[in-house]
Amino acid sequence: MYEHLETAANPQNLKRVAVDPVSRVEGHGKVTLLLDENNQVQQARLHIVEFRGFEKFIQGRPYWELPVMVQRLCGICPVSHHLAAAKAIDQLVGVDPANLPPAADKLRRLLHFGQVLQSHALHFFHLSSPDLLFGFESEIGKRSIVAVLTDYPDIGLQGVKLRKYGQEVIRMVSGKRIHGTGAIPGGMNKALNKEERDYLKQDIAQIVVWAQAALQLVTKVHTSHLPYYDDFATIRSKYLSLTKPNGALELYHGGIRVKDEQGETLVDHYDYCDYPKLIREEVRSWTYMKFPYLTSLGKSDGWYRVGPLARVNNCDFIDTPLAEAARVEFKQHGGEAMVHSTLAFHWTRMIELLHCAESIQILLDDPDLLSSDLVANGEKRYEGIGVIEAPRGTLFHHYQIDENDIVTKANLIVSTTSNNTAMNESVRQVAAKYLSGRELTEPLLNNLEVAIRAYDPCLSCATHAVGKMPLQLELVDADGKLVDKLVRHSSGEFIHGSE
Amino acid sequence: MSGTLCIDGIAVPFSDGQTIIEAARSAGVYIPYLCHRPGYAPYGSCKLCTVKVNGRTNTACTLPAADGQTVISNSPDLQHDRQRITQMLFVEGNHFCPSCEKSGNCQLQAVAYHQNMLDNHYPHFYAQRELDASHPDILIDHDRCIFCNLCVRASKEKDGKEVFGIAGRGIHKRLIVNSPTGKLKDSDISVNDEAAHVCPTGAILVKRSAYLAPIGARIYDHHPISEVACEKEVIKAGEASGYPSCDQTKLAQNGGPDSHYAATMPPAPDIKHDR
Repeated sequence: MYEHLETAANPQNLKRVAVDPVSRVEGHGKVTLLLDENNQVQQARLHIVEFRGFEKFIQGRPYWELPVMVQRLCGICPVSHHLAAAKAIDQLVGVDPANLPPAADKLRRLLHFGQVLQSHALHFFHLSSPDLLFGFESEIGKRSIVAVLTDYPDIGLQGVKLRKYGQEVIRMVSGKRIHGTGAIPGGMNKALNKEERDYLKQDIAQIVVWAQAALQLVTKVHTSHLPYYDDFATIRSKYLSLTKPNGALELYHGGIRVKDEQGETLVDHYDYCDYPKLIREEVRSWTYMKFPYLTSLGKSDGWYRVGPLARVNNCDFIDTPLAEAARVEFKQHGGEAMVHSTLAFHWTRMIELLHCAESIQILLDDPDLLSSDLVANGEKRYEGIGVIEAPRGTLFHHYQIDENDIVTKANLIVSTTSNNTAMNESVRQVAAKYLSGRELTEPLLNNLEVAIRAYDPCLSCATHAVGKMPLQLELVDADGKLVDKLVRHSSGEFIHGSE
Repeated sequence: MSGTLCIDGIAVPFSDGQTIIEAARSAGVYIPYLCHRPGYAPYGSCKLCTVKVNGRTNTACTLPAADGQTVISNSPDLQHDRQRITQMLFVEGNHFCPSCEKSGNCQLQAVAYHQNMLDNHYPHFYAQRELDASHPDILIDHDRCIFCNLCVRASKEKDGKEVFGIAGRGIHKRLIVNSPTGKLKDSDISVNDEAAHVCPTGAILVKRSAYLAPIGARIYDHHPISEVACEKEVIKAGEASGYPSCDQTKLAQNGGPDSHYAATMPPAPDIKHDR
C-alpha cells in the first residue's frame, strides 16, 4: 500500500505534474503528482472534477420520471441506471422483484445483457485495446481505436460490431440505442414482437464466436506479459458484488456478497435494501467523488473493489458453459482464492462479455419475451431501493417519495465511486514504482491512465471522450516556475514548449 | 355560406361556419397551431396559424372562410415568423424533452420539429414554479404551460365545470385553479374530464400513465404533426393533390402575396428524429 502518497507532508516546495484530463475513460478526471527535486513522487491523486447534482435536481419530480431522467447520468451505461431506478420504483408501487411478471423480468435481463455487452466491448476495443496491443508507452499516434483498425482491422471491426449488436438489443427492447424507455413501475411497456426477436437471433451465433475471440485475445495478452500484468497497479483488496442465491454470477438481481483478500466470505446473500447499514461514504475535500467503505470495517480497512474482477472473483460459478470454462481457467491462473491483478479487470470483462452473449442466445429462445403479461401492481410504498450490477460494478439507487408521488430524497452510489480508493491506490503505486525518479514523458504518464482505465471508470457517468480531447501537461519547478509544457489541442496537434 | 378559397395555390372548399383552419384541415392542408383544437371555440392566442388573407395578416383559427379568399400560409416569411413564435413559447418554461413523459406525444415538441427549431434563439428564463401534484390522479407542471387556454375551455365548455383560468398579464400570466386553496386536489376536476387530457404540452398530466406508450408507438414517432393533424398525407403546394389548383392569374390578382412567395416552394422540412 502507498497510502502515504495521498497527501505530501510538505507540498509547498514540490513541483506539480498534472494529467488533465485523463483520456479514454468516461467522463472527466485528472491526475496530479507532486515531485521533489529528485523527481521522487511525494503525492499522487486522482481527482474527479465534475459535479453533477442529479440527486438534488430529481427532488420535486414525480417518481415515474426517475428511470428515464436518471439514465441521462450516462451515455455508456444508461440502461443500468434505467433499471436500477426501475427496480426502486417497482417497490414504490408495491412490486418486489419476485412478483415482477416473468416476461418483464426476462425483457429487463435481455436489455441489461445488451447493455453490459456493448459497454464491455466499447471499453475493451475502443478505449483499452490500443494500450494492450501497442504497449503502455507506445507512441501517441498508436493510442486510439483508429490505429487498432489500421493495424489489426479484424480485431477492431469485431469490436465495433460486438458493440453494435449490444446496442441493437437495447434498441429492440427500449426503442432507442441510447436513452430509450422500457421499464415502467412494476414492469415493462412492451414485449418483443416476433420480427424483433428474429432480427436479434440472426446474428447472435456470430456474436458468441466473436466474444470468444475477444476473450482469447485478452487471455493471450495477459499471459504473454507475465509477471508484469499480474504486478502492474495490483492491489490486494476486498470485493463486493451481487450473486444469485446459488452463488452464480449475477448482473440484474441478487444478494450482496463481500469477500476479503484471502477469499473468505465476509457477507453473503445480504438484502440490498439494508445497504445503508452495510456501507457508508466518506467525503474528502480534494475530489467530488466520495469514498465508500464497509461500515463494520471502518474507513481505513473497509474499502473494496467492484466490477467484473469483483464479480468473477466472488461468484461460485457462471451459469453459461463457455464463460464458466473461462472463469475456471482464470482462477487457476491466479493460483490463490482471489485474483488481485488490476489488469485482470480486462480479462474478467471479456469473460462477462462472453457470458452476456451466451445469455442473450439462451433468452432469445424464451417464448416469455413475446408475452403480453408485462406489468404487476401492488400497494404504494414511500421508499424504494434498486441495486444492479452495472458494467462497472454494483450500482445503488435509493429514493423516498411523499404522499403526492413526488421524490423527496435520492441517494445514488455509482459503481465507479466504490472503486475510488482502489483507483487512487493504483495511481499511487504506478507513480511510485514506474515514475518516481524518472524524467517524465508523455508516454510514461500514460501508465497512470492505463491503471485508471483498467477499472473502466465512468468519472462523470455521463460524458465520453476518445482521441482528441485537449490535454495540457505542465512541469513546474520547486519555485513554481513553469519549466516545460506539452499541449494537445482538440485538433490533435501537439505543441511542445514552455509557452 | 359555402364556396371555395385558395390556400397556397390549392382550391379548398369550405362549408358554412368553417374557419380557414377548419377548411384547410378538412382538405388535408396543414396550418400549424397549438391553441386551436377541432370542436373547440376559436381562441387565437398562440398565433402559430398566422396566414396572409388577401394580403392581410390574420389568424386562420379565428377568421371565417369566405368565397374567393386567397390565403398564403407556407411562405418563407410566415414560416420564419412561426419558428420564432415557437421558440418564444419555450422561453418562459422548462421544456426538457429528454426526460419529459409527453415526449413523442407532445404537440409543442412536434410543432417545434415541424418548424425546424434547432436552437433556443432567445435566452431562457429557467423558471422554477411549484409543481401541483396534490390531486391523486392529475398533476400540473406549471413550467410547461404555454397559456393555450385549452384546459380552461375544455373544463367550461366540455366538462361543464370551471376548474381552470388564466390570471395575470405579461410576465405574471399564470394558470390558476378554481378551488379554495388553489390546489387541484380541492377542485372538482375528475380524471375522466376532458380538461385532464387536452393539454398540448406536458403541463397537465394524468398520473401513472407516463411512458406507457413505447417508443415507436407514440403519436409523432412515425408521422410529423403535419400529417397527424390532417389525418392524411399533407398536400404540398403545387403538387397534384386531388384538389384542383387555383387559377394562378387569380392568385396574382387577389394575392398581394409575399414577395418571396413562389407557388412551387416546398413546405418547411419535417425532421424525423430519433427522439
